[in-house]
Amino acid sequence: MADIHSVIGTKNKKGQTYTDTWKLMNEAPRTPSFFTGSEVIKEALRRASCDVMIAYPITPQSEAAALIGELFAEGYIGDYFRGESEFAVMSQCAGAAFGGARVFTTTAGPGTMRAMENFPMWSGARLPIQMIVTCRGINSPLSIQPDTLEIAYLLNTGMLVWHAETAQDFFDWILKGYMVSEEPDVHLPLALCCDGFFVTHTKDVVNLTPADMCLPPYDPYRSPVPCMDMECPPVRMMRDPFVMKSNYISYATHASWQQEIWAAVERSRKHSIHWLNGLIDTENTDAEIIIVASGTAVSQGREAIRLLEDEGVRCGLVKVKTLRPWPEEEIREATKNAKHIFVPEFNVTGWLAKEIKATISNPERVHAGPRVCGGMTMPPEIIVSEIKTALGMKTFSLAGRGS
Amino acid sequence: MSKERIQISEDLYDIMPPDYQDLVKSATYGKEDRGWKDIGTSKELIEQHSLCAGCPESMAFRYILASLPNPEDTVMVGSTGCTSLVFPMVAVHNIHSLFGNQNAIASGLKRALSVRFPGRVKDVVVLAGDGATVDIGLDMTLQAWFRQEKFTTICFDNELYANTGGQESGLMQKGFVAKMAPVGKLFDKVRLPEIARESGCHYVVNCTVSKPSLVEKVIRNAVHIAREIGPTYLQLYTPCILEIGKNSMEGLQEMRDSEKPTERFAYKEYISEPAKQLLAELAAKDKERKAAAKQLAGQASA
Repeated sequence: MADIHSVIGTKNKKGQTYTDTWKLMNEAPRTPSFFTGSEVIKEALRRASCDVMIAYPITPQSEAAALIGELFAEGYIGDYFRGESEFAVMSQCAGAAFGGARVFTTTAGPGTMRAMENFPMWSGARLPIQMIVTCRGINSPLSIQPDTLEIAYLLNTGMLVWHAETAQDFFDWILKGYMVSEEPDVHLPLALCCDGFFVTHTKDVVNLTPADMCLPPYDPYRSPVPCMDMECPPVRMMRDPFVMKSNYISYATHASWQQEIWAAVERSRKHSIHWLNGLIDTENTDAEIIIVASGTAVSQGREAIRLLEDEGVRCGLVKVKTLRPWPEEEIREATKNAKHIFVPEFNVTGWLAKEIKATISNPERVHAGPRVCGGMTMPPEIIVSEIKTALGMKTFSLAGRGS
Repeated sequence: MSKERIQISEDLYDIMPPDYQDLVKSATYGKEDRGWKDIGTSKELIEQHSLCAGCPESMAFRYILASLPNPEDTVMVGSTGCTSLVFPMVAVHNIHSLFGNQNAIASGLKRALSVRFPGRVKDVVVLAGDGATVDIGLDMTLQAWFRQEKFTTICFDNELYANTGGQESGLMQKGFVAKMAPVGKLFDKVRLPEIARESGCHYVVNCTVSKPSLVEKVIRNAVHIAREIGPTYLQLYTPCILEIGKNSMEGLQEMRDSEKPTERFAYKEYISEPAKQLLAELAAKDKERKAAAKQLAGQASA
């Protein structure tokens, strides 16, 4: 059986040096590069020692998925192909992960929804697959525009769910994500989400680690469940399949298995804190007004805070990095001084605001907005307007409000 | 996996379940000419199962597991249905994930095993019912064949959804009255063997499991061809005696009746040219091996 520590310092077939991940992420030199989010995904994958990537076209992740194909052609990925639908792709990913591979895929919007049946199965089978979700609209009429509604559906699958704000988050979290996902006491899939187009299609300066250094390979024998490769004894799993039984043992087994998945999500907390330097980032949480956001809404929130400062309104910021594990304690602590909590979101239902309301005391402090959806951008001015209106301050009238 | 991998530490031997002890003592992992005749003299790779008494599927399972040419390096993929009640008791690694996605799982699995074990044989065999193969999973069944994925697909065709209580399926005969076909099925049995051939399978067989020697032959052929050349497909009639109103003793006769020359499970096979060549080479090697063994035996007795 492979021992990952034994390969540190050795080279792979592309001449990259397997490097201790902590050193790679925190100590190795970084080169500023001007890339689109899709190109950044490719560059992260180049360094990820990925065995299998399976692709399917859907806007806005198609470019990233195709670029990883180029990496395969260059010899950086073990195998790569285009599946026939997202449902099939996520099952193909599962098959590869069952077989002990480090697996990567990307999807978006309707693709996430089509594949949905697979995600609780991934968690239940404890497959540490990494899936990039470049969020876009999912409802009818057809939309390809950014909208984060699909994240709401992922929150109860038993997957880890992280929400990247920038391409730099993406680059770092793709690599760090495998480290958290593959811990034996976690061993769960990761949905690494971003807001489509805003992150995937815009160019940004991203500090990249050296291209000749890569992650240590995945060791499937650290999995808490057997790897399906016939390299370890094929034990009879159960005397009678539980699906046949309507009895206490059957229910108790299913119940404890589900509880274990969520316990594993909880156990990912300490690893996520270690790698991401906390589950949230905060600025000025002593302020009476706090914006709590995830994804690109954080950037818009930051800009709104700058505009408000010009008018003498002081406002703090909480950037939620991981949605699962949910930073319950951290958000409670960060918002304890706040009289008003604003939650700008790129979706119609306001799932983040609901999560926050269920977390903190005095949830009437939460103003569940502003919200945009269907591909609308969120000018910082509407966050400013929302805050000023709530504070009883005079604000400019927004087009279409009729006021 | 070599047979050494399943050995039990001496200290733990007495607390291991008897079926595992039997597996270590007398299973046929690694036996070169394993086959259905080992049944009764060696530990089968299937433990007790919870299928109905007399279910032909249970016979099919036993023959197939006895006939896999390389069980020590074979991973099976199942789907939801009666087969998923058996797989937990099978002594080769097997995967159940969802209903209908078996050929997608197998595609990813086979590729992962090829990446991880270059130069080593790792066979993948899918075994699922007709609902999984032809209805809910048809796109993934066909697409795996289009892509020339190198694994075997076995369909246990019982011509209906058995596990959910006998509903109409695509492989049901036209006119059959069943749940969800209250006035009889309105369209023909889907001709998947022909579709398999057109979709790129290199070996396609349509038959019943009435004859264990025949099952052994087609399983060996299908696995060897899938390993070396490309996708293979076996459609095996395993009637659901419960849902067609037969008794436990009548499964075998039902299969014999259905495999007569004019019936829908008359033996049909298709072998592609490269597959024919491979089978000829394997037969020649087999002959050589047997002749050598015979010679050796002759020398030993002389």
